[in-house]
Amino acid sequence: MSAPPYARLYKPKVRLLWWLSRRSYTLFVLRELSSVFVAWTVVYLLLLVRAVARGPAEYQRFLDWSASPWLVALNVLSLAFVLLHAITFMNLTPQAMVLHVRGRRIPGRLLAGSIYATWLLVSAFLVWLVVG
Amino acid sequence: MPDQITMQVARYRPEQEDAPTFDEYDVPLRKDWAVLDGLNYIKDELDGTLSYRWSCRMGICGSCGATVNGEPKLTCATFLTDYAPGPVRVEPLANFPIIRDLVVELTDFMTKLGKVRPWIIRDEEQPVEEGEYLQTPAELEEYKQFSMCINCMLCYSACPVYGLDPKFLGPAAIALAQRYNLDSRDDGGHERLTILSQPEGVWGCTYVGECSRACPKGVDPAGAIQRYKLTAATAAVKALLMPWSQR
Repeated sequence: MSAPPYARLYKPKVRLLWWLSRRSYTLFVLRELSSVFVAWTVVYLLLLVRAVARGPAEYQRFLDWSASPWLVALNVLSLAFVLLHAITFMNLTPQAMVLHVRGRRIPGRLLAGSIYATWLLVSAFLVWLVVG
Repeated sequence: MPDQITMQVARYRPEQEDAPTFDEYDVPLRKDWAVLDGLNYIKDELDGTLSYRWSCRMGICGSCGATVNGEPKLTCATFLTDYAPGPVRVEPLANFPIIRDLVVELTDFMTKLGKVRPWIIRDEEQPVEEGEYLQTPAELEEYKQFSMCINCMLCYSACPVYGLDPKFLGPAAIALAQRYNLDSRDDGGHERLTILSQPEGVWGCTYVGECSRACPKGVDPAGAIQRYKLTAATAAVKALLMPWSQR
């Protein structure tokens, strides 16, 4: 189907700061940006694994490097973005997954709640593993 | 309540201007008047050159979508009193080329809609004498909300992904594809998979969610898209692991 030959269509341009016009748009752009910080988090964890594999001296050097203020700031920022990414994913799951038990659809809140509960349990286990 | 309200209406007359401007009109502010009634008053009493689309006046036909004070709305279901004391700014739906005033060009959507094959596809048609294809209430419930779409384009107007990348198939087309994919009488899922699983299909969506908020009929296109992502991903893995079972 080709476009009818109108005299002169006006094609509105997307403004540079369009994403500031609505909260959901801003969150969308931040979420797109979050992929950079998620990638950094993966790289950071791989560096940690490498440092552990190379022995105590290398691990200590990694800890000293991690304590530098700029890296702490970067990792705090990354944590915030990773949380935004994870929470979006968890909130989205009930919309993406439609599960039925005995012919009845599992309510979205129950599905999301169970994911959050699992997240909390795994986090508590990790805290116990490190601190306990 | 004041007895008049100012409507700022976007005008684009391609024969005399390069870009839209705004004209202001004072219209009666009545309790039962929707924005569309205001536009009709302008057309009938103040300025007959104003162009806009409308038909049913009851939220069924999906013709009268416009941007009202920055939000995509059906003008027949949006009341002037909600914007008192005004002004009310009425613009064309965002993300579409403008033909004239509030009238936008929808060929892009019509092309995309056809591509997703929004009709029941059967592997084998049963003879008419065997009667209709029966369906249980539970089977109806699976797709019913998606069948409520009236093609009003409010979701496309609210979707920044479509605004940035017009190649994106878009919320309504995907929701309507799901309307048929989830229908127990339909066998056309594999045909729609080809178009829906393209990068410009469901994968173009980054889950802004404004399409579902803008929908005047309670359809959840964002949900349809996320759900189909799972279907498409499962089909891709299945095709990789079991290439002999392509269906």
